[in-house]
Amino acid sequence: MDDVDRALVNALQDGLPVARRPFDAVADRLGIGVDELLARLQRLLDRRMLSRFGPMYNAERMGGCVSLCAMGVDAERLDAVAELVNAHPEVAHNYEREHALNLWFVLATETPERHAQVLAEIERESGCRVHDMPREQEYFIGLRLAV
Amino acid sequence: MELSDTDRALIAAVQEGLPLVPQPYAEVAAALGTSEPDVLARMARLQEQGLIKRLGVVVRHRALGYRANAMVVWDVPDDAVEDTGKRLAAEPCVTLCYQRPRRLPDWPYNLFCMIHGLTRESVLQRLQTLVETQGLQGVRHEVLFSIRAFKQCGARYATTRKQEDYRGVAHG
Repeated sequence: MDDVDRALVNALQDGLPVARRPFDAVADRLGIGVDELLARLQRLLDRRMLSRFGPMYNAERMGGCVSLCAMGVDAERLDAVAELVNAHPEVAHNYEREHALNLWFVLATETPERHAQVLAEIERESGCRVHDMPREQEYFIGLRLAV
Repeated sequence: MELSDTDRALIAAVQEGLPLVPQPYAEVAAALGTSEPDVLARMARLQEQGLIKRLGVVVRHRALGYRANAMVVWDVPDDAVEDTGKRLAAEPCVTLCYQRPRRLPDWPYNLFCMIHGLTRESVLQRLQTLVETQGLQGVRHEVLFSIRAFKQCGARYATTRKQEDYRGVAHG
């Protein structure tokens, strides 16, 4: 990854305009051609440094429901509980973190009803309480790479 | 929010990513059997309506070497949470910042931010600088480093009965 790649990643995180040729302005700013920009972007995607380039959806506006969920699980049961949580396709990220609440996952469902259903299933399967914390406000961001 | 069938087909067509060509919407339009201006108008409308937040990428922090990943959580008085959230989000080391409900008595924190770094030491150092520069010494907070990632895929989100994946919804 060189400085041009890093500047490209920063620019892409800010978002591109909806336009016939959406890459042109960024390519100009970086002083490279569109073909080179696309080749660099493809390489970053191939190396899995970036997720796909495309629309970031607002799940709630689509009628869906997203929340961050936390559970406090006994250490010896953590792997098993993580596995049963992961078995739900609506679970995205799932991390072990250093805290009494040690299992943190993102639950994204099509409807609020389905959300409640999956939470209840996970509580029943694990025997652990799930703390469900939907986003109330987002203050955005991105990872700024030093160029 | 009511979506037309064409809007749904468009969302399904671009959810795995836009074609990496100079005019991606022309290619999408050809696949959908419509015109480039029609696709552009629909994309612009979805963005105006807020269904699409932006067109961009999500950085895979770990792949870039940012292996230390701390969720820093703060118990901010309700009347100060918006101001504090905005100030945290403006800090270059903060990659995400959300307000969420407290879950008392187990969980007293209402503001969540992520700080990524190459090492734990660098994350803690950045946090200390942030606390000092933002005057947050009096705000109770905790640092939850991640230990293991059990699952790490783009959130799957379906709005159709076909259970299509809507990738690109991340981080709750």
